[in-house]
Amino acid sequence: MSQKVLIIIPCYNEETSLPLVLKEIGTIKLPNGFMMEAVVINDCSTDDTKNIARKLYTTVLDLPMNLGIGGAVQTGIKYALANNFDFAIQLDGDGQHPPAEIEKLLLAQQNTGVDIVIGSRFIDKQGFQSSFLRRLGINYFYLLNRIFTGNYIFDSTSGFRLLNRKAIAVAAVRYPDDYPEPESLVIFAKAGLKIKEVAVNMRSRLGGKSSIQHGASLFYIIKVTIGMLFSFIRN
Amino acid sequence: MARIQLITIILDILFIAYISRLIIKGKLREEYAIIWCLCTLVLVVFSFWRKGLGVMANLFGVFEPPNLVFTAFIFAILIYLLHLSVVVSKLQNNIRNLSQEIALLKERLDKKENNGDAGNKKNAN
Repeated sequence: MSQKVLIIIPCYNEETSLPLVLKEIGTIKLPNGFMMEAVVINDCSTDDTKNIARKLYTTVLDLPMNLGIGGAVQTGIKYALANNFDFAIQLDGDGQHPPAEIEKLLLAQQNTGVDIVIGSRFIDKQGFQSSFLRRLGINYFYLLNRIFTGNYIFDSTSGFRLLNRKAIAVAAVRYPDDYPEPESLVIFAKAGLKIKEVAVNMRSRLGGKSSIQHGASLFYIIKVTIGMLFSFIRN
Repeated sequence: MARIQLITIILDILFIAYISRLIIKGKLREEYAIIWCLCTLVLVVFSFWRKGLGVMANLFGVFEPPNLVFTAFIFAILIYLLHLSVVVSKLQNNIRNLSQEIALLKERLDKKENNGDAGNKKNAN
């Protein structure tokens, strides 16, 4: 029996990049034994994201309120849980995560049997490397992750991830609202799930805006630190 | 009875009446009203018992009785603000879950309606 893979595409005003991303997803071929479905989560976009996705025959989960990236991704995870998917892969609608790299995540999971695979920019240092400040923050999170979970995660802010059934079940119950990536790693580690990173190529975004603007980065770091600390302390 | 005592007592009564009205009309939930009722009760007690403030200040070792009023009320207000933050966080959580549930239900409904359409077309042909 083939295994079901859900591609979760959280979108907030991504009408320029979404058609390209969906087209690319349409062209990729998964290894034998995998079936793929893509779902676009429209986080209450003010542009035409919803209709564009519908026109391209993609399932759309249309949120009535803007929940932020965490709430949007969790909607997709709940969909995966409800529809009995074996794997869920988050792929941002802005085009930073090349769909061609999905296979790498799946193969890494198949080969190692871990619960979460993170597509990382920093293992091979290929492709888009992000700004200096952002990398500084990422180093800081690397340290925090080592302290809180004992895991050596280089790219803990990467949203390009694969979750298996166990991880889906955990994330459907608890997933942070804003800036969820580093904090969710603590939640997963606490649940006893195994995490692995694989090197992928990322691109600069094709369109739209980052959810983290410059002035917000300090707030981001503080919020995530508190979030990670308390996720660590919590039972 | 001093004039200020009368004024505060009347204000207290008006305040309690207003809170009761809000509760009766369903605009204020009882659990949030408790703290307001308690506060007014404290005010009423001290309106009648004029020496009370001095006695309490002595008891806590505060030299200037008005300082006790400020300290006590600022503390109470802080606690209440914290309580409100907890309430807001809970509401936010509920809203998130509801939104997600609505999105998932909408998708199921869409799918059903589309399938229905497809079926009808087949019948028409």
